[in-house]
Formats: sequence, C-alpha cells, structure tokens
Amino acid sequence: MTQKWNAKTLTNKELFYGHKACGGCGESLAVRLAMKVLGEKAFAALPAGCMSAVSFIYPNMAFTTNAIITPFASTGAVASGMAAGLKALGIEDTYVVGFAGDGGTADIGIQALSGAIDRNDNIVYICNDNEAYMNTGIQKSGLTPYGSKTTTTPAGQNLPGSITMKKNMFEIVAAHDIAYAATASVGYLEDFMNKVQKAKETKGTSYIHVFAPCPTGWGHETHITIDLAKQAVDCGLWYLAEYENGAFKLNRNPKEFASVEDYLKVQSRFKHLTSQDVALIIDERDKKWAKMRRDWTE
Amino acid sequence: MDRPKVKKWQEPASIDAYPLGATCDSDHLVSINAGWRTFKPVIDHDKCVMCLRCFLVCPDGVIDKSGPQLEIDYDYCKGCGVCAHECKLKCITMVKEEK
Repeated sequence: MTQKWNAKTLTNKELFYGHKACGGCGESLAVRLAMKVLGEKAFAALPAGCMSAVSFIYPNMAFTTNAIITPFASTGAVASGMAAGLKALGIEDTYVVGFAGDGGTADIGIQALSGAIDRNDNIVYICNDNEAYMNTGIQKSGLTPYGSKTTTTPAGQNLPGSITMKKNMFEIVAAHDIAYAATASVGYLEDFMNKVQKAKETKGTSYIHVFAPCPTGWGHETHITIDLAKQAVDCGLWYLAEYENGAFKLNRNPKEFASVEDYLKVQSRFKHLTSQDVALIIDERDKKWAKMRRDWTE
Repeated sequence: MDRPKVKKWQEPASIDAYPLGATCDSDHLVSINAGWRTFKPVIDHDKCVMCLRCFLVCPDGVIDKSGPQLEIDYDYCKGCGVCAHECKLKCITMVKEEK
C-alpha cells in the first residue's frame, strides 16, 4: 500500500536545514517536506533561483543529501543526466529530484523539462511557483498572474501591473502525455506530500507544480504564508488536480468559492487593483473552472 | 533535539586543502540564523496536545518532535510566526526578543 504522509508519519530528521531563505518562505517549506518524503537517498538538482541561492552559500550547505546547482535553463537535463549516471553506476533505490522556480520552469527551463518528459527519464520535477523571479528582485515570469505588481510590470496609471494571465504550465506538461503530473499548494500539505510520494513511485518522469507564497515578493505578513496558499485554492485562483493514465482529475472542487478580494487585499502586489481588475480576475477564474468542471473528472 | 549543528569553519591553510572544483560537504552549517528574529515563538507545553501542526508547517524545520514534548531550535528559528498562526489551540506565543 502506498505510504500516506502526515505530520505523524513524517521523519523528524531534517534533510534541508539552516538555509537562508526569508522568514515565512513557502518555497523552502515545499522543498523541506518533499525532501523528507523522497528520503535520504534523493539526489537534488536546483537551477539558479531562491532555493539554490539560500542553501549553497559556501561553506554553508543546507542539504544533507547530494545536491547540485545546474545552469538556469537545464534543471530537466541535469536531472536526466543524474538519473542516467545512477543507472550506469548501478546505484538503486535512489530518486532524482529537480526543484526549479516558476521562471526556471515555465520560461527558462521549459525546453530541458520538455526533453526530459519526452525521454521519460526517471525523475521527479517539482516546480515551486511563487509567481515571479523572486531571487533577482521580483521580475515578472510566465507564471505571474494578472494585476500583479513586479519590478518589470510596475503598476501605474496606464497598466495594472502584469497584463497577462498565468501560463497554463500544468496542462502544457500534461500535453506531453507525462507519466504523472499534479498541482499542489503549501496550504494543503498532506495532499502535496502524498503527491510527492506518488511521483516517487512513478516510473518515468513526474511533475508537481506547487503553489508557494513569497512574503517578500508578494508583500504579505510572514505568518500568513500557509493560510494564503490555502485561500488561493479556496477562492479558485489555484486548483488541485492530477494527470495520470491520460486523464485529468480535479482533487478539490469547492461548491462555493471563498472571497477573491480577501485573498488579494492582504498582498501589497495587488494593492492597486480597481474593482474592474478584480472583476476581470474573477471572470477568468470562472471560465477556467467551467472548463475544468466540464472536461475533468472529480 | 535532533537538528544539524553549527560546525567550526577553518579557512584552508594551503591551496591543496581546497576542495576540487566547486564542491563542498553536505550538511555543513557554519552560521546560525537566530539574529534574524524580532519575535520568538514560545510553546505553552501545558496547553500543547502534540498535534504536530507546527512541526509540519515550519518552513525552517526548527521544531523537533523526537522528545516527550516539542522543542524549538532557536539557533535556526527566524521568528516568522507561521507556527503560532497555525496552532489551533493557540499555545504558541510570539515573545519580543530582548537583548
């Protein structure tokens, strides 16, 4: 039977510890828990991004397992190479995991990821989605949502911040007919850990897209990180779903959505939004959910 | 408490002592994060029922569950307050650091 993960079954041993991420960082929580689920024999590949910048500060090294920083565009390729190397050396019982940010996945690293899925290499790829390039000082990425203020999409009289919607990365990955793909949120940690377990057991490439708030980039208080990630799912601006055996499955289908305004108003990146902008965000959400509810099973 | 500890770092004495290429030992910490903190979480052990919610949600993993009661590694706690906010019984209070 598949191991079910919760706070009680999780190991006390930390495999990602003493890192220099900002207080209340959602992304570091996702890495910490994913490493615990994957275990001590996991090999991690991280491109340029917050998670490598906060853990590989020589001579500090926050991972207690093997980990490597990859060139920005090649998380998928380096992870593939590591899996091939382990196979060639006959080292079994190990897992190769790539942790990339939203920019490192949806923009810069998309071709290496696509190649890895195409070859169906035995890797777990985790995209930590905090909706902008946070490590370099909050620039817009392909996963930055509409209305979000970043340093490259400033909000002003003419523009409401980012004018594009989030790239549909989960479905782009699923379109490769990948062995296993899922979306998750640090607001629903048991769900996230069990998806990592499923990815671990999958032969071939698996992809998990985890939604992780960033107090520094989003401008919210550090203590509400987990709450905010949960709110995003409850208000419908993020969704929990899986793709396996060629079919999409919606894990959580709220009867009624929580308030989008409540989610947006606690973040300074959305502070400037007008009621028309919020209406547009809600309209896009409803379109997306109508499509998911029509085409995906529950 | 089972958490990685700070190790004493010694500058390599000669060029030969440097690692080959850009490599370093894993699980190697030479500095602590306690100075980042303005408020520190304090657990009221009488009220705590060991639901382990705080252990699960801590982004830094500083809450140790191996003992009879939860223990916080104050060397690496950044004082973000996630544990206190998530605690259903409200048995973690954030206390101002005084020094």
